[in-house]
Amino acid sequence: MSNAPELNIDHIAKLARLALTPEEKATFAAQLGSVLHHIEQLAKVDVTGVEPTAHAFAVTNVWRDDVAEPGLPVAAALRNAPAQRENMIAVPKVVE
Amino acid sequence: MSAELHFHSIAEAAAQLEAKTLSAVELTQAVIARTKAVEPRVRAFLSTDEATALAQAAASDARRAAGHARGPLDGIPVGLKDVIAVKNQPLTAGSRMLANFVSPYDSTAAAKLQQAGAVLWGRLNCDEFAMGSSNENSAFHPTGNPWDVSRVPGGSSGGSAAALAAGEALATLGSDTGGSIRQPAALCGVVGIKPTYGLVSRYGLIAYASSLDQIGPFARTVEDAAIVLRAIAGHDERDSTSFRTEIPDYRAELQTRRGPWKLGLPKEYFGEGLDPEIAAAVERAIAFYKAQGCEIREVSLPHTQYCLDTYYIIATAEASSNLARYDGVRYGHRAKNAKDIVDLYFQSRAEGFGAEVKRRIILGTYVLSSGYYDAFYLRAQKVRTLIRQDFLNAYKEVDALLTPTSPIPAFKLGEKSDPLAMYLCDIYTIGVNLAGLPAISVPCGFTRGNLPIGLQLIGQPFQEASLLALAHSYDRAHDWSSRHPKL
Repeated sequence: MSNAPELNIDHIAKLARLALTPEEKATFAAQLGSVLHHIEQLAKVDVTGVEPTAHAFAVTNVWRDDVAEPGLPVAAALRNAPAQRENMIAVPKVVE
Repeated sequence: MSAELHFHSIAEAAAQLEAKTLSAVELTQAVIARTKAVEPRVRAFLSTDEATALAQAAASDARRAAGHARGPLDGIPVGLKDVIAVKNQPLTAGSRMLANFVSPYDSTAAAKLQQAGAVLWGRLNCDEFAMGSSNENSAFHPTGNPWDVSRVPGGSSGGSAAALAAGEALATLGSDTGGSIRQPAALCGVVGIKPTYGLVSRYGLIAYASSLDQIGPFARTVEDAAIVLRAIAGHDERDSTSFRTEIPDYRAELQTRRGPWKLGLPKEYFGEGLDPEIAAAVERAIAFYKAQGCEIREVSLPHTQYCLDTYYIIATAEASSNLARYDGVRYGHRAKNAKDIVDLYFQSRAEGFGAEVKRRIILGTYVLSSGYYDAFYLRAQKVRTLIRQDFLNAYKEVDALLTPTSPIPAFKLGEKSDPLAMYLCDIYTIGVNLAGLPAISVPCGFTRGNLPIGLQLIGQPFQEASLLALAHSYDRAHDWSSRHPKL
């Protein structure tokens, strides 16, 4: 971890589905470089045999009874859709 | 007692409503008038809905006249941070991404407030998607600190703290992922509590970092915070991390739990970087507790120096996942002129998100990416275990911990341009989120420049009743909450 290479901003932005301008790339790479430098100190902690914590008070297997409950009406669910047609969300063509 | 209605505590207003010397409509009108008078300078709100608030107030008065008043919150105007959903109201998260979003449903916290009879007044400004410590990351406008509007109110729930301090509501709700309730409470001179993880349902709270986020109240007094917390706490089937636990009458428990307490001072929280005036104010609070017969001892939380890094790995990782849903398809901002569906994702997110959100998404994506997961994310989760154990070990010796809330008082708008410098504002608050503990910030004085100072008390899991009683014993013996900013 102490040898973490430079953050490849193009690769990460692509994974994150974010279009960045050249200026943003330069700024973020520099700022995140100093943040990464800071977080690398975690490599100093001895975590041998330590279990990870995902939640402070883990609760597992939370089920409710399998009973149908009313969901959002279609009109309410579509209320915030940027484009809709015939009770469906419209998007640009997916397959040419 | 405060002569001005808009500066009433909930307890004061509730007593007058009960005695019918005040109506909910009068109280709501006073708060609306105050909001109109000071909002041009404070800018705590993103939107307001006067007609709905007044209708809720009228309904409260009708209930009371019919003998069906619902308790101390009935008819009390409460403002909500704009990440907490209220049906048919805007829900922007301070982001351009959700600029036109109207919530189709109620969050559990908002539904519970309405069941308690509260009047919901306004949508409060915050850092975009609750990411920030100054409210400057709001896509719409910054909020001024009512004590000095050229300074920040803190963040990310800065609007919630500022509105309350300015008399634009009698209580507000915020959310706290790394200090986002406690730090603005400290900077604005009000009470703010971050409950134990799992005490308040997150259903209808816009997710930032799901394993850390909690909704909690801002109030003028600890007693008021107890009233609001009781109303919003409790198990909810709609949040699978919601905890099944009895919710006591926190307000009544303030009278029955009187200490003395054993208080721990984590030595790592009193070191370099702490403003001397804040250190002095916290020392006076320690002296107060000592005089009350509390045993004070130094404790150590040895992994404190790793809290900030652990937090920024875990929180950004969770954020990168949570914010993947904003893709321009089902709701939120959609870019025009996208070439195809994939380009639509890239362009909508580029246009909809601000700089800090993009930075955190990139960092979170990086720490989760192939080859780095073990080195960063998994390691951070293990360090999180050690951080949590530090606190639990301390609680073998003491009942609660006492620290400053923020290392510095309210700073100038625009003063902190470096992200890392901004992150350091949260050094005393983030450990609590990582460990899932309850903590409260209580006003404990002012700097020579008349800026509020906050005292943080950290309690044991689900022991909010004790924590509130401990905070109340300080709060009721001091008159900080009766001071109001001149606006």
